[in-house]
Amino acid sequence: MGKKRVIAETGAGQHGVAAATVAAKFGLQCTVYMGTEDMRRQSMNVRRMRLLGAEVVEVTSGTKTLKDATSEAIRDWVTNVRTTHYIIGSVVGPHPYPEMVRDLQRVIGDEAREQYLSVDGKLPDVVVACVGGGSNAIGIFTAFLDDKEVVLIGVEAAGKGVKTGQHAASLVGGRPGVLHGSYSYLLQDGDGQVMPTHSISAGLDYPGVGPEHSYLHDTKRVEYVAVTDQDALAAFKLCTRLEGIMPALEPAHALFHAGELAREMGPGGRLLVCLSGRGDKDMDSVEIPAKSEASP
Amino acid sequence: MGEALMTLENAVRANGDLKLVAYMMAGHPNKKKSIEVGKRLAGSGVAALEIGIPFSDPLADGPVIQRAGQVALENGMTVAGALEVAAAIAGEGVPIVLMTYINPILSHDPRRFAAEAAQAGVAGVIVPDLPVEESEPVAGWLRAASLDTIFMVAPTTAEDRAESICERSSGFVYCVTVTGITGARKELPEGMKELFALVRRHTSLPVAAGFGISRPEHMKAMRGVADAAVVGSAIVDDIDKGKDPVVLVKELLKACR
Repeated sequence: MGKKRVIAETGAGQHGVAAATVAAKFGLQCTVYMGTEDMRRQSMNVRRMRLLGAEVVEVTSGTKTLKDATSEAIRDWVTNVRTTHYIIGSVVGPHPYPEMVRDLQRVIGDEAREQYLSVDGKLPDVVVACVGGGSNAIGIFTAFLDDKEVVLIGVEAAGKGVKTGQHAASLVGGRPGVLHGSYSYLLQDGDGQVMPTHSISAGLDYPGVGPEHSYLHDTKRVEYVAVTDQDALAAFKLCTRLEGIMPALEPAHALFHAGELAREMGPGGRLLVCLSGRGDKDMDSVEIPAKSEASP
Repeated sequence: MGEALMTLENAVRANGDLKLVAYMMAGHPNKKKSIEVGKRLAGSGVAALEIGIPFSDPLADGPVIQRAGQVALENGMTVAGALEVAAAIAGEGVPIVLMTYINPILSHDPRRFAAEAAQAGVAGVIVPDLPVEESEPVAGWLRAASLDTIFMVAPTTAEDRAESICERSSGFVYCVTVTGITGARKELPEGMKELFALVRRHTSLPVAAGFGISRPEHMKAMRGVADAAVVGSAIVDDIDKGKDPVVLVKELLKACR
């Protein structure tokens, strides 16, 4: 494309770091938009982006989170489109981004399916992933979409509870609307204004969702549920102790629901969870007890 | 005075002089004051008045209009409220064009929105984030209510898209002069004449220039090129600072002749 500059939006900061990394590798200029609130709670990633040479622009408008960072990135893009490519961090935005990001992220499910078959000889019964914009979920689901017997479950952020209105569960609690160039389930008020959202996890704190998820929801190929901040935190701690893996707060939502499913399925059940990131970035958000807690 | 309302198309077509179209945000700084300022603008010599409906995520707008929308929303402006503002100002006799993002229209229900806008005396609607390719059935409802559907061409628009954008437009074609978002600029970019020539190859409708326009020099540059110039952020900024925007309008009108 002959462009020397890339831009990105980021919530948790993972996509921002990825964009900054590739820009550093190829000698491109990189600007990442991030909401004030997200810069605070994911500050480790802000430092990583800057160390990689990217400019991190603080977005102070609106709710100061992912939605606003995305809006600012789009404004930069339309202004600088001749010199700049916008690397969107999820399966959202105007066409062809949702399709393009899915086609790149599907490596997750393609490899997982192959590995699962080679280890177990059979497909999983259920595949679970967290859903913010929806890229890791679409990434793992795509390979299994035609495997009719495989149940697919997306887990959204219920925040303080869907009924409180302080959440980010677009499919569970929203209705169709247009945000950032695509028509998809959206958390909006009665007048079509996009609602402020809440989730303890920056990457799920987005009022929209990728349009393909809306389609999979309406065709019932994927079931969507929502998990609260509290339950995600519990899963964060449990996974750390049981597996020695500190999951990011985003996939901790999927892990919590996986725990519920495992109880139902019992021994022998085949469950595949997409652990879409590490929790190092969340150390400041997770309340660490003053004394170590007793083992579960 | 007292004749039937001039059509939007006729009002915006240049007649030797460049026409001026003003933009304001419904509900900015509050509903009552926005009606007052709208009526003043309507009587100031503008050819038409664009009224913005505030939206939480206005992607095409820079800081001035973003802020005006935010203030309007904080003070309780709604789609219904904006239609009331439009109706109050439409009584002054200058054609009114609503500028709104697509989601408030979808949420209100496009058929209902079109009927209510027509009822309010609105002449046309601009939806900056509704691409021509996706414009039916919303544009269908607007047309059915006898509202003009104004679409936008940008400096980056390919000629074949410019053709279909012009084809679907009525009232006028909106030519975005800058690659970017709203906000007053010092200078307007090169390539404007080429953009207008491209658009005029595909339409005989009047062509209005907008985004960035704020100074008498801009008006002089547009004369003979555009039919009309839309002034938005510069006016909204004056309103935000409590200044009378008609002062700027009168100054710009002088440069239109």
